[in-house]
Amino acid sequence: MKTMRGATEDHPLMKLGLIGLTIAFVALFLFLPLIVVFSAALDKGIGIALHALTDPDALSSIKLTLIVAAIAVPANVIFGVAAAWAVAKYDFVGKSFLVSLIDLPFSVSPVVAGLSYVLIFGMQGWIGPWLRDHDIRIIFALPGIVLATVFVTFPFVARELIPLMVDQGRDEEEAAVSLGATGWQTFFRVTLPSIKWGLLYGVLLCNARAMGEFGAVAVVSGHIRGLTDTMPLQVEVLYNDYQFVAAFAVASLLAMLALVTLTVKSLLEWRYADELSAIHRH
Amino acid sequence: MAALTIGGAWRRPSSLPGFGLSLGFTLFYLSAIVLIPLAALIIRPWELGFSGFISAVTAPRVLAALEVSFGTAAIAAIINMFFGLLVAWALVRYNFPFKKLIDALIDLPFALPTSVAGIALCTLYAQNGWLGAPLAWLGIKAAFTPLGIVIALIFIGMPFVVRTLQPVLSDLGREPEEASATLGANRFQTFRRVVLPTLGPAIITGTGLAFARAIGEYGSVIFIAGNLPMRSEIAPLLIVIKLEEYDYAGAAAIGVVMLAISFLALFALNALQAWAYENR
Repeated sequence: MKTMRGATEDHPLMKLGLIGLTIAFVALFLFLPLIVVFSAALDKGIGIALHALTDPDALSSIKLTLIVAAIAVPANVIFGVAAAWAVAKYDFVGKSFLVSLIDLPFSVSPVVAGLSYVLIFGMQGWIGPWLRDHDIRIIFALPGIVLATVFVTFPFVARELIPLMVDQGRDEEEAAVSLGATGWQTFFRVTLPSIKWGLLYGVLLCNARAMGEFGAVAVVSGHIRGLTDTMPLQVEVLYNDYQFVAAFAVASLLAMLALVTLTVKSLLEWRYADELSAIHRH
Repeated sequence: MAALTIGGAWRRPSSLPGFGLSLGFTLFYLSAIVLIPLAALIIRPWELGFSGFISAVTAPRVLAALEVSFGTAAIAAIINMFFGLLVAWALVRYNFPFKKLIDALIDLPFALPTSVAGIALCTLYAQNGWLGAPLAWLGIKAAFTPLGIVIALIFIGMPFVVRTLQPVLSDLGREPEEASATLGANRFQTFRRVVLPTLGPAIITGTGLAFARAIGEYGSVIFIAGNLPMRSEIAPLLIVIKLEEYDYAGAAAIGVVMLAISFLALFALNALQAWAYENR
């Protein structure tokens, strides 16, 4: 039996062509770069790649990256929850302006973000000389790297929670308070359980960016070997040193982190679609 | 908003506790992390004086870098607009093998650190690379030219277009298309006159986001760009170079121009979006 093509169906050839182009595009532009990372890391065998990862500088870059994420992510979680609570649970003047200010870091170049901190804390910065006299290091040290990372990952948790909590309204919290719960009890027993998957989603994206940030951190790090190089910076240093296997070995660790992030993200979108903010329901 | 300001109150009373704490902390954190540093950036270049600022940002090397950044970002955004629409359309409308995997991979540029993307693209498109060698055979040099910058920016910007279009496309009912077909329009006319105008605002938003991200992009570009002054040197790299020369005011001047143009682009984007919404 011959089936008729529906009025809103595309021509089969058109369909085939578009699917072909999509697969080709994704394969060439997304899949191939990923494959290159692992293939270049294993170019001289897995032993050499693993050896490159146990190099003291590589190990210290891994440690630094973990420390930076361990500070930056919780800081932005606390901020994200506070901002979403303020925006979703109260009515005040200037709310929409506040929400657009929270998104601001997404439209600032990471390099410009790093530069802003250098202009405050650097040697010729606003309080640079004072810091030097008191022997406090911010730029070319851990605090600067953390600050730059916090800047670029600033909106992730907040922008996930704000639409979600606005959607959920405030009836349940008001009921809890009227029954005698304190503010913290209300938050931990009523609000948190209903936002936990959205929060995890935000933390996931925030963490991936925090561990992978390059531009902003490159400006404030000063590239002191074994001290202020995070993993993405270590990748650059090794690559510019023509130590390609070592560079791609560190890079493949970061690529694995990206793959884990994508997997968990897809699982969350698939399993908890209703409990994530409306943006992801498709 | 009007209801709030009646009686001079700037907020509506609420039975929920924690207003002062949550808003206070939000404003403090926002100021400390974002607003004060950006203020430091905006104030800094004026120590050169107005004419000093103008001559700092109109130096030939600076103008060339800004031109490279905005030019390549615009080209990449337009390419992403076409391919993003195509990919989003295929992912929403058709079923094919590995669709789930391809859908998940679209977000790779968000998750992959930019320096990793940078060295991977550079290796891929170098003269002896998997894609660079066939291109070289065709007489096209990709790595270490502006073309390489465009390739990196396509990689970085693609998910913005696809992820903005996907939800809009799936919400789009088939009824208007059916009506259009019933009235005698062919498939292309239906797409051009019915589907495209509805997608307009989302296409503009996605392309605009990809463009804004591409202007400031650093990590994925600097490896493949070749970084030749006046030819393939991007503005963010020139900021880094000025900082290394301790020319703080000069670096800040470029930063202010980039910031101003990004904000103008965002503003234009909002206006264009409102216009497309009205005219859809």
